[in-house]
Amino acid sequence: MEFNTEFILGCSAIGAGLAVIAGIGPGIGQGIAAGHAAAAVGRNPGAKSSITTTMLLGQAVAETTGLYGLLIAMLLLFVKPLGK
Amino acid sequence: MQIRPVLSAADEIDFMIHGLFQYNFFGHEVWITTSHVCILIVMLIIIGFAIAANRAMKKATEVPSGFQNVVELMVEKLDGMVDGPMGSNAPKFYNYIGTIFIFILVSNISGLLGLRPPTADYGVTFPLAILTFAVIHYNQFKHQKLKEIWVGMCSPLPPWLPIWFVINLIGEIAVPISLSLRLFANILSGTVMLALVYGLLGWFATIWPAALHVYFDLFSGAIQTYVFCMLSMTYINNAIGSDN
Repeated sequence: MEFNTEFILGCSAIGAGLAVIAGIGPGIGQGIAAGHAAAAVGRNPGAKSSITTTMLLGQAVAETTGLYGLLIAMLLLFVKPLGK
Repeated sequence: MQIRPVLSAADEIDFMIHGLFQYNFFGHEVWITTSHVCILIVMLIIIGFAIAANRAMKKATEVPSGFQNVVELMVEKLDGMVDGPMGSNAPKFYNYIGTIFIFILVSNISGLLGLRPPTADYGVTFPLAILTFAVIHYNQFKHQKLKEIWVGMCSPLPPWLPIWFVINLIGEIAVPISLSLRLFANILSGTVMLALVYGLLGWFATIWPAALHVYFDLFSGAIQTYVFCMLSMTYINNAIGSDN
């Protein structure tokens, strides 16, 4: 079956939107990490700098799954692998 | 059939890599792209700084002053960063980690100079991750016996039942891919976001995008540089194992 370009582009846009839903997971994860870091600073204010470093490192690693979703969305929108 | 953009300004959005000129390399079509030019500029910045630092350190004094202070501080901070996760293995990796740290950092913040950051090209981040992968496995084979590696690769199951080997192998191969994709996607997302702001808002994007530059180029770039180096060091340290 043949589809025209507009149809494929529209479906790609829907797919890109769905792929970006992957951002929910890292959002929750980073929020949990920041909350626990805040609790840790409250318990031990002297270790603030090392807690912040650890939190940022963990958050940046947790962000990866969300970025995979973003990458898929960008591939669908800008590289257009389906429309060729 | 040509699809018309919804917004009239959407033509001006530009964050892609452009080919500058093309040549044939033993029958293959090879392009010199904007990434190459940006890498060249980044390299010139680093080399210029290195020559200046070398000149300053040649006439170094006991009590540092001026530029010598800056250079010594940078070297101390980089070495201290490697000391943290690597402990007694650190001195052998000061050079490697320091080099990739400076290169990735200058690449990431080169968006401030109006360049397209070279690390927003997968062809730049993947070789960096491959380098780390090579260092990891070189050190693994250097410091661990073959039998230890085999036991580690079959890890949750006993070594005579290598069912888990395939899954651990995929886990090993995923290391450079996830390292490079993390850096690439972070910097690319910043580049795309700023290109959208500048392309779609036109004259309205005059002064306030500076705040976005601070977040996407400086903050995100520095964090991702740190993460790349930290993870490299952790993986290398794991590969060296409980040798000492």
